[in-house]
Amino acid sequence: MDELLKLLSSNSKFTTEELSMILDEPVDYLEKQIAEYEATGVIKGYHAIVDWDKVPHADVKAMIEIKVTPEKDKGFDDIAAKIMSFEEVESLYLMAGSYDFAAYVTGRTMQEVAMFVSRRLSTIESVIATSTHFLLKKYKESGINFYEDDSEGDKRSLVL
Amino acid sequence: MVDYEKMLNSKIQKIKPSGIRRFFDIANEMDHVISLSIGEPDFKTPWHVREEGIRSLEKGKTWYSPNRGFANLRNEISNYFNRRFNVQYNPDKEVLVTVGGSEAIDACIRCMVDPGEEVLIPQPSFVCYEPLAQMADAVPVIIETKAENSFRLTAEELENHITPKSKLLILPFPNNPTGAVMRRPDLEAIAQVVEKHNLFVLSDEIYGELTYGGERHVSFAEIDGMKERTVVISGFSKTYAMTGWRLGYALGPEPVLEQMTKLHQFAIMSAPTTAQYAAIEALKNGDSDIENMKKQYDMRRRLVVGSFQKMGLDCFEPHGAFYCFPSIKSTGLTSEEFCLGLINSKHVAVVPGNAFGECGEGFIRVSYSYSLNHLGEALNRIEEYLKEIKK
Repeated sequence: MDELLKLLSSNSKFTTEELSMILDEPVDYLEKQIAEYEATGVIKGYHAIVDWDKVPHADVKAMIEIKVTPEKDKGFDDIAAKIMSFEEVESLYLMAGSYDFAAYVTGRTMQEVAMFVSRRLSTIESVIATSTHFLLKKYKESGINFYEDDSEGDKRSLVL
Repeated sequence: MVDYEKMLNSKIQKIKPSGIRRFFDIANEMDHVISLSIGEPDFKTPWHVREEGIRSLEKGKTWYSPNRGFANLRNEISNYFNRRFNVQYNPDKEVLVTVGGSEAIDACIRCMVDPGEEVLIPQPSFVCYEPLAQMADAVPVIIETKAENSFRLTAEELENHITPKSKLLILPFPNNPTGAVMRRPDLEAIAQVVEKHNLFVLSDEIYGELTYGGERHVSFAEIDGMKERTVVISGFSKTYAMTGWRLGYALGPEPVLEQMTKLHQFAIMSAPTTAQYAAIEALKNGDSDIENMKKQYDMRRRLVVGSFQKMGLDCFEPHGAFYCFPSIKSTGLTSEEFCLGLINSKHVAVVPGNAFGECGEGFIRVSYSYSLNHLGEALNRIEEYLKEIKK
């Protein structure tokens, strides 16, 4: 994989000057490269990876398995477009396996997520079954370790 | 009451504790300290290597190994050293597996010197050579390497320190703490002096796999005529991120290794068995792990060196190990003052250069065995500190 993309996806706050030192490439070359990635949509955006569990009144998250009957001539894309239009849906994937879509949904309470599934998701015509899994604990996300026991710091000790 | 001062051996009592420790102890007392002081890889041992260690435990392979180390392992060490550094050692007679490179250093010094003989030690360098030479009743002779020579040992510097009692030369390259490396012509010039004065050499090549910028590390044993005068010391700690496994080795002429093995047999018996099984896997299938880690170190190295240069600190470009050694002379502070100020005001721990010999005064050792994010934050704080002390 492209080293520049790898670095930016691990920390989008690296300055081009820092990147230039790390990658041994000139600043203007990197600026051009990043601009191109942004223009062509390789880089879709920059965002903070937040540990929401540490924020008071955090939301609840659920992964919902969705089974559907694909519509004639349109396949899955039209149904996906419908599902993803709900703002509660954070991510949506078409899956291979025993169900069709995986949707990651956020709500303020479990009740709210449950209501979203029963009132809005299940009522879509092509949806034939759903199965909701609430996220209990986050260990790792986007390559970042959220597991306290392991992330409490450098365990190396100075021996000499 | 026991008078321990009288009871204890006088040589060991005279030896000062390591100067690296002090700053680490201060750092430990403080919250939110960012350390750049650790001299070991931040990587974990590659999984396939750990797995072999686990497998050996599952099978209950928990006995002593042969004194010299498992034959398999010695074979693999011999193959590896030939493959990567172009020197062939007989696995049965010229390889000894030790508890880290450190044991091999101690054993080699003790087996090579008689009381009163001189051990030539280039500094700045790792802190163990001088005390170990003293414990062997040898006389340490310090050779100060210089920043203007990129901290390489020159033939002239070596020649200037030769006396009729000179016996053993320590060659600590790639170097901790400076990151200096010796290229082939540098080594050839040293070899001439070694030959001329009938010296023996302990070449500590523990960082031999960590060199940057295209040119590979050249083992001193590869230089014409030097194999028979050299014990090469290396190990698994830095190469495969296996510090805690405690496994190193010595390669050298049969008569020397025979004596070192005797000492090892009586003092240590054998290196850890589990570590040896894991090490066989590392040598067989770990070349790509080395390259991956090296690539990461190299990116960090460029960030750290580039940042120091940007801050206006003189920093010669280190081509080996995972340290850089910028000069802080322009600040007007001593190494210790600089480091104390830095840790107190910005909570960043680095090691004063004089912990590695008096000639390290005016420098600091910065380890880049940390993630890029960690380094970035620490470098920002160092930059702020520099601005503050300039005012």
